[in-house]
Amino acid sequence: MEFALTLFPQVLVDGLVLGFMYALIALGYTMVYGVLQFINFAHSEIFVTGAFVGVEILLGFQSAGVLAGIPSWVLLPILVIAGMTASGFLAVVVERIAYRPLRNAPRLVPLLSAIGVSFVLQDAIRFMESIWRNAFYLTYPPLQGLDRRIQIGSTFDISVKSLVVIGSSILMLAALSFLVNKTKMGRAIRAVAQDPQTASLMGVDVNQVVSLTFLIGGAMGGAAGVLFGIQYTLISPYTGFIPGIKAFTAAVLGGIGNIPGAMVGGLVLGLLESFSASYLSLLTGGAFGAEYKDIFSFLILILILILRPKGLLGEVVGEKA
Amino acid sequence: MACKRGHALAGVLRCGILLAALAVPSLVWAQTRPVIKIVSQSPLSGEQAALGEQVKLGAQLAVDELKKNIEAMGFKVEFVPYDDQAKPDVGVANAKNMVADPDVLVVVGHFNSGVALPASEVYKDADLTMISPANTNPKITDRGYKNVNRVCGRDDVQGPVGAQFAAKDLKVRSVYVIHDKTLYGQGVADAFLGEAKKLGLKVLGYEGTEEKANFDPIINPMRAKAPDLVYFGGIYNQGGILLKQMRDKGMKAIFLGPDGLDSSETVKIAGKAAVGSYYTTVAGPPSAYPESASFVKRFKAKFGKDPESFSMYSYDSAAVGIRAVEIAIADAKGKKPTRAQVSAAVRKIKNFQGITGTITFDSQGDPVKSKYFVLKFMEEKYPGTIVKTLELGAPQVKKG
Amino acid sequence: MNALKYLGLALFYVGGTSLLVIVFPHSLPAFLAFQSSLLLLYYLPLSPRLRVSLAFVVLAFLMPLIGSINGYYLEIAIQVGIFVALALGLNIVVGMAGLLDLGYVAFFAVGAYLWAIFGSSQANEFIPSSWIQFPLAPSWFFVFLLLGVVAGACTGFILGLPVLRLRGDYLAIVTLGFGEVIRVLANNLDKPINLTNGPKGITPIQRPPLFFQPLLEDLGFSISTPALYSLYFYFLVLLVVTAVITATRRLDHSPIGRAWEAIREDELAAASMGVPLIRMKLLAFATGASFAGIVGVIFSAKQYFINPESFTFMESIGVLAMVILGGMGSIPGAILGATIVTVLNLEVLKGLSLWLNTLRNSGLVLSLPFVGDYALSQLPAQLEPAKYERLVFGIIIVIMVIFRPQGIWPARRRLGKVGRT
Repeated sequence: MEFALTLFPQVLVDGLVLGFMYALIALGYTMVYGVLQFINFAHSEIFVTGAFVGVEILLGFQSAGVLAGIPSWVLLPILVIAGMTASGFLAVVVERIAYRPLRNAPRLVPLLSAIGVSFVLQDAIRFMESIWRNAFYLTYPPLQGLDRRIQIGSTFDISVKSLVVIGSSILMLAALSFLVNKTKMGRAIRAVAQDPQTASLMGVDVNQVVSLTFLIGGAMGGAAGVLFGIQYTLISPYTGFIPGIKAFTAAVLGGIGNIPGAMVGGLVLGLLESFSASYLSLLTGGAFGAEYKDIFSFLILILILILRPKGLLGEVVGEKA
Repeated sequence: MACKRGHALAGVLRCGILLAALAVPSLVWAQTRPVIKIVSQSPLSGEQAALGEQVKLGAQLAVDELKKNIEAMGFKVEFVPYDDQAKPDVGVANAKNMVADPDVLVVVGHFNSGVALPASEVYKDADLTMISPANTNPKITDRGYKNVNRVCGRDDVQGPVGAQFAAKDLKVRSVYVIHDKTLYGQGVADAFLGEAKKLGLKVLGYEGTEEKANFDPIINPMRAKAPDLVYFGGIYNQGGILLKQMRDKGMKAIFLGPDGLDSSETVKIAGKAAVGSYYTTVAGPPSAYPESASFVKRFKAKFGKDPESFSMYSYDSAAVGIRAVEIAIADAKGKKPTRAQVSAAVRKIKNFQGITGTITFDSQGDPVKSKYFVLKFMEEKYPGTIVKTLELGAPQVKKG
Repeated sequence: MNALKYLGLALFYVGGTSLLVIVFPHSLPAFLAFQSSLLLLYYLPLSPRLRVSLAFVVLAFLMPLIGSINGYYLEIAIQVGIFVALALGLNIVVGMAGLLDLGYVAFFAVGAYLWAIFGSSQANEFIPSSWIQFPLAPSWFFVFLLLGVVAGACTGFILGLPVLRLRGDYLAIVTLGFGEVIRVLANNLDKPINLTNGPKGITPIQRPPLFFQPLLEDLGFSISTPALYSLYFYFLVLLVVTAVITATRRLDHSPIGRAWEAIREDELAAASMGVPLIRMKLLAFATGASFAGIVGVIFSAKQYFINPESFTFMESIGVLAMVILGGMGSIPGAILGATIVTVLNLEVLKGLSLWLNTLRNSGLVLSLPFVGDYALSQLPAQLEPAKYERLVFGIIIVIMVIFRPQGIWPARRRLGKVGRT
């Protein structure tokens, strides 16, 4: 018991970091779902694209020999903005090519298309990296300052980058809710989410709003990708799949279409995963280990969908056109 | 409807005629000299493509360099790389393809024991020689098939070698074992665990994980239990990042792993964290053999990249295979040998000088003596420095 | 008169292509041409009885004959058969009832593990040997074929019960999760009780009994045991596929099939017309799963060794791609889709990669305009088509759903319905 207690603060912080990561990715799912009632299965690859853009920039700086000279408070915004831009535009392009022609098709059809896009993107990234760097795995180089750890007590410490992940996630989530709730652009998004036909009668360009939604959702995914790379350092073209599924679970958990819901869902899932992985083995005397954490997430997803299909905070989706 | 059907009909017909036309040129290509094919089978696509590529290139280099002798006997030697995608069903289909082609006499492969086990059942039925460069799973040779061999060591020796080293040389008291939940990783970790218990080491934890990025939840309880040594059974992609995150979190425990870490990628991924860590392997670094230094040079000249240990095993596998074919041709009095002759010839080879050492197979298909190395990363550079060398035979399956 | 002409054409084509394969046993195009003869048979305006008997000749005589010349082709035929049965099963769930299942391979895994555990010594790990000794005798295999159907159906039922109330896209994600759960369980249930032997997998798995071997020998056929097993599995798969096709056709034309279709087209309308939604959906789920269960049993016996690596998400997506390619809800479509994707993956992409390799080794130098001389040996290995299986699946799915959502071979009843807004 005492042993479990000494672990507690560390597990809590790690869970929070993971949770914010999930929350950022979940935003992409939740925004698109809110507007189109459609699971953008390819979002996990859009997230990975952000991570790859980040690492390419870092490696570029490194080979130019200037990496050590750039302070991290300059470097970080560059990476995040580059990742956001690339992922945001990729999301818009994907929507234009693979989803828009299917806007009026039966519900499952665009989902199938999204699965296809997800596979195409995975291999496209792999293809480019294998030609360009002859590599499958890429590693984020160590970043000065960010890797430092702050020691609090003997069994608990926290790294600067974890704080950065938490801080920038909160910042972005706040910016996003301001954008959606307080600006004209946000009002248009909400209008289309509620009722696209009426919105278009009111002079809202639905296609533009959909593109915008994908841009924002993709950008959030891209930011998450860069932060993921900085935090966990190793990425591959297939890295996105599991975090993607988890983030979707988080979105459903919080109530799909609901932006604060995505955040709550992400945090709950991150903490659950962190605690189950660290404590399961302890609680069951080694019979069930950390490997059951993924099963845990899926069971939660199934339970939530059965018991409370509208999620913790309630879902916010319009009516299907 | 009828019109549509007519359309499709014409389409099928046209395709058929085209395919038939394509079939005919294979007659024109027919070789006048009898062909002998040496094939490799390893994952050339998917997550393990980088390692599988090394297996392929090593074998390819061997065939290119060593085929002269066989060609001088009036044959044409071809090298054909197959991609098993690390999937058992694809591996089996490929195996059937090879078996159906009478020119195929030697298979160098596989990389994944999970693919090698079902595929070798197919080779066995045809008595087609398989020489494995990388399958360390005991079951591969424990089945006692006449045609299945390997040039590398075994998990059930390599794991214990690690445990012995930890207990006797590093003098650690407690260990924590992590593995990657694969046939390979869990196999070697279990072997380590068994020996560690026998040696009286305290086992503080045993966990498997498929996680590829975030090892925090694994590290937290591990750090709280403060083991002297952490053993990781698995491959560099997880091992490197686990090591890095352990060090990031301030864990000081010694890190030890099997030959899955024997790759330049370990250092690339773990960076500075790799320094001071140990790994066991069956192929020594170039510094261990004068022969392999020149191999590195030739490999680089031909393919433009650095070889890794798997390509050395693979080179040796193909080289042994080629030697066996030479012997079998002599046995067949200059005619093209049968597969049975080749697989019998493999076991007849004594003290073959390969890059990774002297190779003689025992009756199971294991090397009679394999060298096991323990290496340490003294600096942020691959390969590490040898700290211990052992020479051990394979445990024999009790007959009856 | 016309009928005779077409019969002649069919005979000529079938005979010609099979002769071609026999003469060039290692030529891929020849085998592809032979495979396409079945397609031709389907398209030719022959009487149904004639068509079926010709197809029977091709599948029951010519294919085994060719297979005994080149065993690889028999292996391809077996794998095609396995995937055809899987695609037909998934076609019921996705195509007919409109329930997107992304974890279909889980049911396949259940069937495979069922026989693997009891058909090997694995079951001794958790069943006291004083009761019964494992592995079971080979003849139990046939009992387990039936048990595979039952186990698949039960798993489908158990999963379906809670999740079938969900909306379509939620269902998709939950089934995906379920597929992963089954794989992770298979990978982890080596402790506390060793049920599946974890990642180490199970081997050797019993094969079905060769009860007819003495009879064949008496008749003067001497076929080596491995070749006999290949033929055996081929006919077994052929039999199961035939049974599955018959069952699917019966269902499709029954009130159940129509109820599924009603659910797919409009759940609300179907419910208000008195279609029992949950019961019908469960039935679709269980039927689809039972097909996967039975082929799972065959697969594990054929493979001799199984471990969780064979049951990944990729496999589920592969089967889904087959169904979409062929045409959702269409029985010939599912068959065609499974054949095309399997052949593409096992033969064509691999064949192209090998061909590229021979080009590379040939030392040929192309002189291209503008570029100058280009030695083929410099072709980068990254370009090999076999490496892009995912890409190919992805492109198939995207292109099909955008440009031809009804598939290559649309279900007849669906014609004209898709594309409706």
